[in-house]
Amino acid sequence: MAKIIVVTSGKGGVGKTTSAAAIATGLALRGNKTIVIDFDVGLRNLDLVMGCERRVVYDLVNVIQGEAGLNQAMIRDKRVDNLFILPASQTRDKDALTSEGIERVLEELNKDFDYILCDSPAGIEQGAQLAMYYADAAVVVTNPEVSSVRDSDRILGLLASKTRRAERGEDPVKEHLLITRYNPARVDDGDMLNLEDIREILAIDLIGLIPESEAVLRASNQGIPVAHDQGSDAGQAYVDTVSRLLGEDVPLRFHEYQKKGLLSRMFGGGRR
Amino acid sequence: MKLLDFLKGERKKSASVAKERLQIIVAHQRSQRDQPDYMPMLERELLEVIRRYVQVDQDAININLDRDEDCSVLELNVTLPRT
Ligand SMILES: Nc1ncnc2c1ncn2[C@@H]1O[C@H](COP(=O)(O)OP(=O)(O)OP(=O)(O)O)[C@@H](O)[C@H]1O
Ligand SMILES: [Mg+2]
Repeated sequence: MAKIIVVTSGKGGVGKTTSAAAIATGLALRGNKTIVIDFDVGLRNLDLVMGCERRVVYDLVNVIQGEAGLNQAMIRDKRVDNLFILPASQTRDKDALTSEGIERVLEELNKDFDYILCDSPAGIEQGAQLAMYYADAAVVVTNPEVSSVRDSDRILGLLASKTRRAERGEDPVKEHLLITRYNPARVDDGDMLNLEDIREILAIDLIGLIPESEAVLRASNQGIPVAHDQGSDAGQAYVDTVSRLLGEDVPLRFHEYQKKGLLSRMFGGGRR
Repeated sequence: MKLLDFLKGERKKSASVAKERLQIIVAHQRSQRDQPDYMPMLERELLEVIRRYVQVDQDAININLDRDEDCSVLELNVTLPRT
């Protein structure tokens, strides 16, 4: 039985695809057979972040419309055993996805996989609702910024009402807050919402905190998910996040501003 | 006074303004979450009717549906301008 996790946010560009790729990689590195599915039909990105864009032959829409089998469309990751990618279509539009089609795909994957990650498109419309519909758990990606927090709350409302679990009156979708692009120096200055505030406002469990990091751009440039970059803060923070998803109790890191010493403040320039 | 606050470093930090705004927005969103789909429409139409008689602001009207086991109460609050 696979666990289905949707990575969602409402607001665009907050780090869903980066997070889906990193978490899927982390889960697979821990020995779980994992597939990450791009639901962003028409605007696929996950293939780039995973570094498999040149191996895309068929996509999710082809599978749903019966033009290709699941095995033809799934791409095996070059670096990690047990990790697969199911890309989105670049040419079709969002209406090409149907709820029945997705149910069939997930049903087929359910037998073979431990984790199915769904990388949601931005927004709260049909595409985002399809990506979350069959989920058992949700990672709600949130930036420390007012519009992102507000949109995350909208998404929480949808998770509680527009999912299969909600409609059937089953146990609710498990909601996890993932704060990304966190900048402790700006929090320390009082110009960025701190993690306690965000957690208090949204009132859901915090699964991880990813700092704003140069490693993320480096990783996406190369097509290597940042979870592989274990020398980096963001890479380590994603690995911690995966451990928590697996039920481990891991202390939070990278949330405190390391005040610079007097010397580096005198010679090292400003605080940012 | 402002300058003094500023010099003493007591300027209100932007993050705490953000927090206060979000608390209000989120409380509002959550109160609307379990409401039936027709509520925003009902609210707009009620506002129109009221405006035929009294000129009130968009946010002067507040409706709320409380559902109990066996009955629901529609609560309507309208703040009228002082005459
Ligand atoms: N922790 C981080 N530090 C620095 N940059 C980041 C971080 N997380 C994401 N980014 C950058 O933010 C941008 C958007 O990230 P990403 O594509 O993952 O967001 P998204 O939520 O999937 O966007 P969309 O809504 O368009 O699908 C990218 O350029 C990415 O490199
Ligand atoms: Mg994306």
